[in-house]
Amino acid sequence: MSGYDRALSVFSPDGHVFQVEYAMEAVKRGKATPTLTQDFSVPFLGTVSPFNCFHSLLMGDDIVVLGCEKRSALKLQDTRITPSKIAMVDDHVCLAFAGLNADARILIDKARLEAQSHRLTVEDPVTIEYITKYIASVQQRYTQSGGVRPFGISTLVVGFDKNDGTPRLYQTEPSGIYSAWKANAIGRSSKTVREFLERNHQEGMDREQTIQLTIKSLLEVVQTGAKNIEVAIMAPGKRVEMLPDDQIESYVKSIETEKQEEAAKKKTGRTGTTTAAILTRPGGESAE
Amino acid sequence: MKAKTPGQKKKLGWSSLARIQLFFGEKKRPKRRLSKQVAESSRRQARRAVIIQPLLPIIAVSEPHLSSFTLNLTNRRHVSPLFLPHSKTTLIPKLTLSREVLLGITGKDFVIIAASKATMRGPTIIKAEDDKTRQLNQHTLMAFSGEAGDTVQFAEYIQANVSLYTMRNDTELSPSAVSSFVRGELARSLRSRSPYTVNLLLGGMDPVTQEPSLYWIDYLASLAPVPYAAHGYAQYYCLSLLDKHHNPNISLEEGMKLLEMCTDELKRRLPIDYKGVLVKVVTKDGVKVVDFDNDRIVRSA
Repeated sequence: MSGYDRALSVFSPDGHVFQVEYAMEAVKRGKATPTLTQDFSVPFLGTVSPFNCFHSLLMGDDIVVLGCEKRSALKLQDTRITPSKIAMVDDHVCLAFAGLNADARILIDKARLEAQSHRLTVEDPVTIEYITKYIASVQQRYTQSGGVRPFGISTLVVGFDKNDGTPRLYQTEPSGIYSAWKANAIGRSSKTVREFLERNHQEGMDREQTIQLTIKSLLEVVQTGAKNIEVAIMAPGKRVEMLPDDQIESYVKSIETEKQEEAAKKKTGRTGTTTAAILTRPGGESAE
Repeated sequence: MKAKTPGQKKKLGWSSLARIQLFFGEKKRPKRRLSKQVAESSRRQARRAVIIQPLLPIIAVSEPHLSSFTLNLTNRRHVSPLFLPHSKTTLIPKLTLSREVLLGITGKDFVIIAASKATMRGPTIIKAEDDKTRQLNQHTLMAFSGEAGDTVQFAEYIQANVSLYTMRNDTELSPSAVSSFVRGELARSLRSRSPYTVNLLLGGMDPVTQEPSLYWIDYLASLAPVPYAAHGYAQYYCLSLLDKHHNPNISLEEGMKLLEMCTDELKRRLPIDYKGVLVKVVTKDGVKVVDFDNDRIVRSA
């Protein structure tokens, strides 16, 4: 121990503020430390083609989809009323977090207060960027004064501004950095998922494709399947929609069969062209 | 350093009080100078300041030299009764009967709220298309009249706090819960240095039982659940009519007819042009504006 990781407001000689970096570890490491929850959020954003945006600014198919792995519950725990990792900050702002749940509660509460206070003072709901900036600045404040500890959470803030159909997705970090994204993941194995999204995200996806990609990216790292997945969908001017469990399940099933088919194709591809031809024929017939 | 005037010795500013209490917590509250009541009210004030200006108490704790700054920043309303000894009579405002019209009628599965559209100041009509209502949540609507400025300020304060509660607890407040909250806020404000002088009608559908309810609240913070209600001079003309014709099982159509009877009577008898009423209806599906014919000519008898 060099001592530079004790006091929060002290830089180490090579320019690090260790407590802040430890907080970022807390975000990444959900499972390893017993005091942390097993956290993992893979939120993701999708948009439709610009043509659709044009003629229906408010009612278009533009959506934002947030997916996250549910906290794995103990046998007797009531999962229906255990708080989720997706929270509403205001009617049009949704927030997902990864890291220390207790810290998140406090931060979310501050954000909610600010959202209402903003409405009261300027008669307009907050923009997504504004509330993100606010959340990030609270997080930053807790890295620069004595006697406090940084928030051990990263957040993803999504939603739509008032009278605007552009989907927004922002990320904040314990250090107070915030950034805007088209698709992103935070929490445990976020790197894997982010890379998956980088490979598979396209411009102009529709609602189905967006939800599917969200769940698909979640399944890259979630073993337990549909039961432990939570999906929230936001559309401009509407309240948040939590995707029902049975729908999630059908998505998961179709993705799994798709994967199996692909695996089968790969196998057959190696053995020769004749088997591949036989395999495709019955498929084509049943479609007709 | 400023020399202390004898007056200053006795007083203890609320900001410094709040500082003491926030710092030591309730148990170690200094007993020397403060009666329990005063301490209690200052604590309440501090809490209210938290609702509106979350940062201020924090400044008061960590930066004593900023306390005067805090005081200036704080809304005058929050500074209240510490400076007034409780033995002296507090200033209870007097609100003369309002020329604004607020009407409320409940029925089988709805609440009608009607509010006059004129904004008046002395003998002048400033605006003829005013909306004296605010929607508090999905199924609760509040209409207000009274001191200009106070009304909207208070209504929006309530609106913000109701939606904050909804966000924090992920539950919609029922109309009866909202009414209790409103009454509490009014009662507290009444005991402050500058109370809100606002009369209210609160109508809503209970989200669980689907029952309509209407609350009559006045600026002295009295609250009454009623089947129909009126505020201001309109009371004189409408309550008798409603007494005779209202029953709790009327349909929306009958309710609108009843409202028409009331406005007709107001046109006939009330020597004020209140520029017609804006009518909104709360049902289980939410709050809707209803078309209402305000231009029909009514001859007095």
